[in-house]
Amino acid sequence: MNQDKNLSVPVDRRPSLIVIGNGMVGHHCVERLIELGAHHHHAISVFGEERHPAYDRVHLSEYFSGRDAASLALGEAGLYADHGVVLHLGEKVEKIDRTTREVVTLRGRYRFDRLVLATGSYPFVPAIPGSEGDARLVYRTLDDLDMIRAAAANARRGVVVGGGLLGLEAANALKRLGLEAHVVEFAPRLMPVQLDAEGGAALAARIEALGVGVHLSKATEAIVAGENGHRYRMRFADGTALDTDLVVFSAGIRPQDGLARDCGLEIAARGGVVVNDHCASSDPAIYAIGECASWRDRVFGLVAPGYRMARLVAERLAGQPSELFTGADMSTKLKLLGVDVGSIGDAHGASPGARSYRFVDERSASYRRLVVSEDGKRVLGAVLVGDNSFYDTLLQYVANAIAAPLAPEALILPAGEGAPALGIDALPDSATICSCHNVSKGTIRAAVDQGCLDLASLKRETRASTGCGGCSALLKQAFEAELAARGMAVDASLCEHFSHTRQALFDLVRLEGIEDFDTLMRRHGNGGLGCDICKPAVASILASNWNRPILDPALAPLQDTNDAFMANMQKDGTYSVVPRIAGGEITPDKLIVLGEVAKKYDLYTKITGGQRIDMFGAELHQLPSIWAELIAAGFETGHAYGKSTRTVKSCVGSSWCRYGVQDSVAMALRLEHRYKGLRSPHKLKFAVSGCTRECAEAQSKDIGVIATERGWNLYVCGNGGMRPRHAELFATDLDDETLVRYIDRLLMFYVRTADRLQRTSVWRENLDGGLDYLKSVVIDDCLGVCAELERQMALVVERYECEWANALSDPEKLKRFRTFVNQTQGDPGLRYVRERGQRRPARADEIPSVVSEESA
Amino acid sequence: MTLDRSEKALDAESAGQWRRLCSIDELVPGAGVTAWCRGEQIALFLLLAGSERNVYALANGDPFSGANVIGRGIVGDIAAQPVVASPLYKQHFRLADGRCIESPEIALRTWPVRLRDGWVEIDMDS
Repeated sequence: MNQDKNLSVPVDRRPSLIVIGNGMVGHHCVERLIELGAHHHHAISVFGEERHPAYDRVHLSEYFSGRDAASLALGEAGLYADHGVVLHLGEKVEKIDRTTREVVTLRGRYRFDRLVLATGSYPFVPAIPGSEGDARLVYRTLDDLDMIRAAAANARRGVVVGGGLLGLEAANALKRLGLEAHVVEFAPRLMPVQLDAEGGAALAARIEALGVGVHLSKATEAIVAGENGHRYRMRFADGTALDTDLVVFSAGIRPQDGLARDCGLEIAARGGVVVNDHCASSDPAIYAIGECASWRDRVFGLVAPGYRMARLVAERLAGQPSELFTGADMSTKLKLLGVDVGSIGDAHGASPGARSYRFVDERSASYRRLVVSEDGKRVLGAVLVGDNSFYDTLLQYVANAIAAPLAPEALILPAGEGAPALGIDALPDSATICSCHNVSKGTIRAAVDQGCLDLASLKRETRASTGCGGCSALLKQAFEAELAARGMAVDASLCEHFSHTRQALFDLVRLEGIEDFDTLMRRHGNGGLGCDICKPAVASILASNWNRPILDPALAPLQDTNDAFMANMQKDGTYSVVPRIAGGEITPDKLIVLGEVAKKYDLYTKITGGQRIDMFGAELHQLPSIWAELIAAGFETGHAYGKSTRTVKSCVGSSWCRYGVQDSVAMALRLEHRYKGLRSPHKLKFAVSGCTRECAEAQSKDIGVIATERGWNLYVCGNGGMRPRHAELFATDLDDETLVRYIDRLLMFYVRTADRLQRTSVWRENLDGGLDYLKSVVIDDCLGVCAELERQMALVVERYECEWANALSDPEKLKRFRTFVNQTQGDPGLRYVRERGQRRPARADEIPSVVSEESA
Repeated sequence: MTLDRSEKALDAESAGQWRRLCSIDELVPGAGVTAWCRGEQIALFLLLAGSERNVYALANGDPFSGANVIGRGIVGDIAAQPVVASPLYKQHFRLADGRCIESPEIALRTWPVRLRDGWVEIDMDS
């Protein structure tokens, strides 16, 4: 401390701004503050009680289907640090001292000039005798989910108390954990807030059909020791009972307003920090946003209004003109346990004089209700169960006060009955497309004007569709309409030579049996030679379809840099060579051969991330002799140069590992030898782990396979690299044959439908309908294409041949493998230095200025 | 650049500066190869258009990477002008005059080429 004098610590004279709470709303507020540059004028600190930085609570149940805390995290990792925002995680605020203007934690006192409360809510757990331990779980945070997972480990049945939105999500989570799930609701119907009686009944029927028990009008009186092998028994007021092994309470939320209460801020009768239209509390220096705030006696339990509050407070704090909070549309669209549920505006028809239209389909348990004004001219609200395709149009009618059609009932009648789809053109510029981030149609137009010409950059720029994601279809429509209006809409041309998308070219090649570039150009191209965009793309399409050797005379000039010489070109124009080491398994003899070859040609040698060995520095004319030696020793090409199957990484599995439950190496070998040689829109990486410890890192691969006691879990569409994406759990406990069949179908579906150079992760993210759709194509064969996909894969597998062995047998193909056609020497321009016992290309500053030996 | 049959028969080694590089059979239609001549690395491209054979000779050195790789690039056309794409960082160079499409201030050296008695010849001193 006495050193302080000697240190010239600059005193931070900026006003101190503290945000308590690092949930979705608190995080959104900080993001917005940074966007507005408030961090330049304020010292911003954030306190989060949880140990995780802000994460996506809306998609919490995906935590049980493969997503981890990191993949649920919101925003970019370095955002806070990069902008000088101090994040105190796991540091609970104990007290707010309004007299000294300080926030107090166990670690210290922190001065504030402005304070934002974003403390959220906590689950309401009714006081029920006997409710403790695993009979008193809640569903709110990642830690809660970990506790549920632990409790589920030895459980067969789980009960959720509360049949609202979150309760049904929790039931879904239990189901994903493999439990028999039951929902117990106090009200006589499910989702009493959003649905009417018929809607609730339709939802209950659907959910029961999925094997989830629904128990309505049940008040739990006590929880006692269970019978029939279950841990607990729930006793209900009507004398009935239900045995279970765990109980999750999801019976509503309560504002987390304790800190505000203790420091004397005004609290609403039903809880929540009372805020005005600026979201300021009774102390004008303290704001409250999200679920801890009470505006006109209402607490908003959805993310969209919370975000709106966060934005307007951030604007106010940054000294920008800010809007007033005017309440929020509580419309919701979600998929609960796979069932579409939508609730829009005045779903209960509570407005004076409101009239309703109802459509009931008892066969498929679908229900729709349309609420219109007394004069029938305005749509006031709607309830949807079973089919949310009506949602977007209805929401636009309500939100933008669009005049209802003369026969409003058409809006909820099944398709084919002339339901007038509300085109994006009908919407005014002020129409909200994304309510989470408050993005209007006009904002989207402006972003396109400023150069957002693909959906990904539009989302990045406007943040539209990055909240709950419910508006993705509408956003796409709006985006395409904007492009169309600029006359550039449908230009999905591959390049100037082909006015087709890659998918369209793929289908043309397949359906017309085209096997060469010239035929495709003649029939479907715009003429000319082609270029370095369309030639490699067509080469890849031809290879995926027919799998002919890529250096066949008609194909060779199409190949991209690396494919053209079946090696990876490095910065100085030399190549690296990677033989296949399937599954990373190699005999000592073969390992010695690699060493000998590398030594003979003085190749720099490095182990790759895909469990094989890369040898660098081979000149073009050396490649054939290097490969002749490798092939003689039993190696084959590793396709490290191709947009194709690369490697199947594996752990050692049950044959050696004391934890392994399946033979992961054998499965890796089977997969690698099956899919080697498959050319695809981008590279493909696989991994197989022999147990749940996941040493092969399968969840970061395009195709990841993890052994279970009963078979294999299949994960799909992950990748590492620049933008890592966690693979998603696609199917569980598969036997070997089913696993291979699903991979066959999925890969071939990807190969057929992806864009040029699009990895599986991006393809999957752009897939309308998402993972559920992909499952329905691959598992349920909803498109009826699976047999054909399998046939196509079988052809590719059957035609596999080592490209290097093929080329070595054909002098014509080897013609280009010469550094010079009229000299046997190598490139005299290459310069190397030795480093750590191997050579590497010399840097410019390491090359002495040499007088050209040839000038004499 | 185009073969010129009206040229008087000249001994490549003696008359003028025409130098024989290689047999026409060493070239690969629709792609490039590289030849060596008096310390220069020359990328040779053969394009077939009907019965017409067009040969182009450009410097093999890629000004963007410093590597000698132009002869290994993909041949194509941009707005009907034949080009080669550098295999390293994909800049395009016009086959006719070596001009870089992306950075027009840069051009590869080019040489006049002709086909004579089954040989590819270039004029090194032009």
